Amino acid sequence: MSAIVGTRSSLVWAVHLSLAAMVLLWLFPTAGLLVSSFRTTDQISTGGWWNSLSASEQNLTLRSAAPESQIENDGVFVIEGNLFEQGSEAVISVWGTSSRSIDAFKPGDEAPLKDGSTITVQSNGDYKRQGIEEITGRRGQRIFATALTPPEFTLDNYHKVLFDEKNRESMGKAFLNTLTVTIPATIIPILVAAFAAYALAWMDFPGRALLVAAIVGLLVVPLQLALIPLLTLHNQIGIGKGYLGVWLAHTGFGLPLAIYLLRNYMVGLPRDIIENARVDGASDFQIFVKIILPLSFPALASFAIFQFLWTWNDLLIALVFLVDSSGETTVMTKQIIEMLGTRGGEWEILATAAFVSIAVPLVVFFALQKYLVRGLLAGSVK
Amino acid sequence: MHPAFQAVLTIAVGVGGCVGYFYFSNQLLDRVLFPDKGIHAGRNITRANIIRPWLFLFPALAALGLYLAYPVFETLRLSLSERLPGNKSQYVGFDNYQQMFSEPKFWEALTNNMLWLLVVPALSTAFGLLAAQLSDRVRWGNIAKSFIFMPMAISFVGAAVIWKLVYDTRPIDQEQIGVVNAVYLFFGGDQPITWLTQIPANSFLLMIVLVWIQTGFAMVILSAALRGVPEETIEAAIIDGANPFQVFFKIKVPQIKNTIVVVWTTITIVVLKVFDIVFAMTNGQWETQVLANYMYDKLFRAQDWGVGSASAMIIMLLVSPILVWNVYNARKEMQ
Repeated sequence: MSAIVGTRSSLVWAVHLSLAAMVLLWLFPTAGLLVSSFRTTDQISTGGWWNSLSASEQNLTLRSAAPESQIENDGVFVIEGNLFEQGSEAVISVWGTSSRSIDAFKPGDEAPLKDGSTITVQSNGDYKRQGIEEITGRRGQRIFATALTPPEFTLDNYHKVLFDEKNRESMGKAFLNTLTVTIPATIIPILVAAFAAYALAWMDFPGRALLVAAIVGLLVVPLQLALIPLLTLHNQIGIGKGYLGVWLAHTGFGLPLAIYLLRNYMVGLPRDIIENARVDGASDFQIFVKIILPLSFPALASFAIFQFLWTWNDLLIALVFLVDSSGETTVMTKQIIEMLGTRGGEWEILATAAFVSIAVPLVVFFALQKYLVRGLLAGSVK
Repeated sequence: MHPAFQAVLTIAVGVGGCVGYFYFSNQLLDRVLFPDKGIHAGRNITRANIIRPWLFLFPALAALGLYLAYPVFETLRLSLSERLPGNKSQYVGFDNYQQMFSEPKFWEALTNNMLWLLVVPALSTAFGLLAAQLSDRVRWGNIAKSFIFMPMAISFVGAAVIWKLVYDTRPIDQEQIGVVNAVYLFFGGDQPITWLTQIPANSFLLMIVLVWIQTGFAMVILSAALRGVPEETIEAAIIDGANPFQVFFKIKVPQIKNTIVVVWTTITIVVLKVFDIVFAMTNGQWETQVLANYMYDKLFRAQDWGVGSASAMIIMLLVSPILVWNVYNARKEMQ
């Protein structure tokens, strides 16, 4: 008996452990992006983001105060101060005064300088430069230090990516553009689809079954087929590339799923309510607006979330129907693709830009997960 | 006009237009064309009720016809014709297809697509099943599910950036910031490897990205199916002395077979359309081309609409069996 109990509990442990391993494995890549977006350029290049919570060894180039701050004390000219910004907890292990020997001195050593003065650097960054002649020059002495720097996180990347006026690849504008694409492209198909779904669910007419089958078929038609014919059409009727075109395209491509989801949901609504309303003299329009729409809220919400995520995350349709050579209407996904080309190695900018674009879907996801799951369960063709 | 203002205006026009259309077309039908008063009241109501469904359906059918049905035929026509200057085209039979079949890049794309079709649905479904089964048995299962499901919300482009960081390569004298190389060097690799240029491993590395995204989807659907398996069948198996693995593989899995097929086909369709991941990570270089990206190259870089449309038709051809099967099932369910 005890043997069975033993295997039971070890099996439970195995379940816990393997699920934990799986969750970690799935979270790890995203966590890397998130952490990297809060790190400085120096920190990113000195080690993997998984080390970011422990202190890292960095090679720094620092500068002492300019000679104008020197004080004369008993015939000795002195400049004193600290190499780090206030509040820094970095610890210097070795340092030097020339880029060719950055590890020439230990903390506390005295290094001779070209002008005859000497400089001493302590491990906490305190320095003292002194000479018997007045120290000249406009700028301070450069110090090359290898320091153990404590973890440091910054919001500078976000500021640079979102608000910097000088940054040509600003995500701020792309963010607004994405929002501009997304909201009409989410709302309009819902309305169009809801009416059609009602007709397909609750109105009797010849050819209804055929139409439902056709919509199930259209559900899987690859939208790749639509690119050239529709772009040509948009150009012919004068829409060209622009917001109107992309809204129309998203509406068209979102409709099959919308109709399918909503119809499946509406068919399940209780027949009594609708028949009673009919008997009481309500028209179809009234039944739809006053009864069906409010009752279908969960299905409407499910589709709205799908369509929102899909339009927000879309690249292909925006590339084809929206983004023109002026770049004024660029969306975030397109902007990130551009950055992958121009800033391949600058991970702090890339990570921040990517995180700006995935932050909104993640918030929507965690807030409305219930509806998303419900929609998925209803939407997968059984 | 500022785009944000234009967007607000479009929402107003779109929503107002839809509501207005439905309201006024119904009014028109009931009050003007077939009023339910006077001598023909009865006949009029019947007639109005015959027309009304089509009023409700019209905007949706028009949009579906124009944006999904028409392009299928137009693309078929384009794939059989050659573009001539001045918006004209000429029927050329199967020339475009012949030209496409003679390109090695097309065969590379097709082969890769077939590999994607084998690997991604299989791994996503397997991992999804594993996650569903494991998370149903622990108390913190729902949190675990949330996190595994999360990549579904991330764009393919965002995922591409995330995984590019994972596969990143730095020169040997610098610290590795990509975890794959860091692990590789930790376990005795002597040189950091630029993973995305390693043929044929790179195609599989791209597939991992899609598996990572789709596992959550598979898990959610399969988890619901697993909960639907009747308790009695499981209890009976345990009483008969089945161990947990036997219960899972011999009792549960056979009962959710249909759901597994649904998940598999849904992911298959996603795979056939996969474009963004390859576009963002390698753009089809180093033999990672897939059909959707090949098509984009032909259409918008080479401006070759004939071959581009021909490759789109190949994607359509590959989707068709699933399309037919879905329609068949939907019709069976309706009856």
